[in-house]
Amino acid sequence: MAQTIIDTANHIAGYAAKAARVKVIAAYPITPQTTIVEKIAEFVENGEMDSEYIRVESEHSAMVACIGAAAAGVRTFTATSAHGLALMHEALHWASGSRLPIVMAVVNRAMGAPWSIWPDFSDSLSQRDTGWIQFYCADNQEVFDTIIQAYKLCEDERVYLPAMICLEGFILSHTYMPVKIPDQNEIDDFLPPYKAGWILDVNRPFSHSNLVSPEWYMEFRYMIQEAMENAKRLIQQIDKEYGKRFGFEYGGLVEKYKCEDADLILLTMGTMGSEAKIAVNNLRKEGLKVGSARIRVYRPFPVEEMRRLAEQAKMFATIDRHISFGMEGFLATEVKASLAGEKEPPLVAGFIAGLGGRDVTSETIVKIAKKSLKWMKIGKVEKETEWVDLRD
Amino acid sequence: METVMAHPFAKYLREAMMPHIWCSGCGNGIILNCFVQAVDELQMDLNKLVVVSGIGCIGRAAGYVNTNSFHTTHGRPIAFATGIKLANPELEVVIISGDGDLFAIGGNHFIHAARRNIGIKVICANNFNYGMTGGQQGPTTPVEALTTTTPYGNIEHPFNLVHLAAASGATYVARWTTLHVRRLTQSIKKLLQKEGFGFIEVVSPCPEIFGRYNKMRTGLEMMEWFRKVSAIENFSDPAKAEITPERIVVGEFVDIAKISYEKLIHEKIAEINEKKMQW
Repeated sequence: MAQTIIDTANHIAGYAAKAARVKVIAAYPITPQTTIVEKIAEFVENGEMDSEYIRVESEHSAMVACIGAAAAGVRTFTATSAHGLALMHEALHWASGSRLPIVMAVVNRAMGAPWSIWPDFSDSLSQRDTGWIQFYCADNQEVFDTIIQAYKLCEDERVYLPAMICLEGFILSHTYMPVKIPDQNEIDDFLPPYKAGWILDVNRPFSHSNLVSPEWYMEFRYMIQEAMENAKRLIQQIDKEYGKRFGFEYGGLVEKYKCEDADLILLTMGTMGSEAKIAVNNLRKEGLKVGSARIRVYRPFPVEEMRRLAEQAKMFATIDRHISFGMEGFLATEVKASLAGEKEPPLVAGFIAGLGGRDVTSETIVKIAKKSLKWMKIGKVEKETEWVDLRD
Repeated sequence: METVMAHPFAKYLREAMMPHIWCSGCGNGIILNCFVQAVDELQMDLNKLVVVSGIGCIGRAAGYVNTNSFHTTHGRPIAFATGIKLANPELEVVIISGDGDLFAIGGNHFIHAARRNIGIKVICANNFNYGMTGGQQGPTTPVEALTTTTPYGNIEHPFNLVHLAAASGATYVARWTTLHVRRLTQSIKKLLQKEGFGFIEVVSPCPEIFGRYNKMRTGLEMMEWFRKVSAIENFSDPAKAEITPERIVVGEFVDIAKISYEKLIHEKIAEINEKKMQW
């Protein structure tokens, strides 16, 4: 029977791993992720989950253990944050390169130095090019739903790639919200047991991930690119099907809000998308035609969706909880790249906000929108990258 | 009566960083106190002293001491300290870090630093779990102990840290608990004067996290455990010096002389340069 529980996003991620009938979890504690794996450890130890929980000695080992388990043909899960994710970097390439559908919760936390435990996207976005699918969530329900959807997606033979489910530390990880957990039979019906694309099998021994000469390496890379393109299409189908079955739908790759007639579209990721909706409502009360598009899937990047939004809007404002030093926010770069070559593309203004956990409220976003509208009116972005609320 | 407002060791601490973050009953303050006392007794030049720490509660120690210090990433203080010592062998490099940092995520660095006998000094606070992240099982968690990731008891065997250090080649190895403050202070003094790689394990109470799950909810109860079961057995076989609920063997286990890595490397460089001159 479906039930509604009130819990933190981290515990909800644990409930999702249980609902997905994950078989192997390998994890190492790190703030603010830890309570995910604590919840799972509790489920495993009290018998609610029929799984193996491996207490490894570092995140690098956690990812490698997940790769081993997935290669043996079972559904695997792990979770980490910031430096833990950075330590996994080498193994992340091996998970995607080996085409193993590992799902990992990344509880976003800013990278040091200096030390910070508060959220921004610098950890997961630094892993942009590892071949992992990246989802960003805006609330606890979405964390649950996206983990279930991710297994469905990643285990599809047209994809066979790993995925990160990103959720911002503390803003979501330690915040209680009501979440509907669907009936287990219905989840099982939506997400059947994992059927591996390849498996390490003593009866049919073969060698995997061996040295590949220059004659073939590129083809392996191309297949990953193809899988990413397939994922783009499948994410939308799976989201729709999930919505039909369980009542929660997130617009596939991009969650759009009042974009139909908008002059200005605010482009955000994660919880900033929720604040952007409030900002949109407040701006609309003043008669300003503003909409919000929350990038839910960052890899594969929704290029076509950006182009469609560009047909209508005169101005885009990207809000990055991240900075690519020496350039701008990733979102700004990706959006501009998506629009290059379009006829009369909208102006794009890039804003950097919320680094290291600084709050990005609807008021902050209203401020960003008003500045962008001013630039829209004069037909020129006066400052390509604006750091919001920066101290002198 | 004269009122003294400043702590006699205030000059060794960064007052701006106070109050510290450690829980009541935690042993980290005792370890820091013993360290500072040893530094004071040796009249060490603070400009030549570097304190390095990694992740975890005691990782904050690097920020609290008023010396050159660096709070580095998870598990990497030994690698970091190796760089410091090789770049400037004049510096006295001390690592104050925890069991999880030094023996799980950074375990590899420990055995290799000891093997090379590089002249850095490691003081490890062993609280049997990952305290800062809320008490998960780690490489020193005793068998059957309860933690948040072993709610029905730990099945993994812990490291015997003094045995590991001795087997890896450390020139000085000791273990004390935070109850043994005088012996610990004297031991740190000895450690700081040794050539090569030295190691002290300090068994430390963590009543708020580890103790909470293991029926020792106050610092006093944990100290009472140390008092009851500690046995001083200097220069006994470190292989047999395990930590169990019934027995904690403490003392000095290794104190030998061995030329340090930094001396060897600079000798080698001099030797090669000399040969080059002859050519």
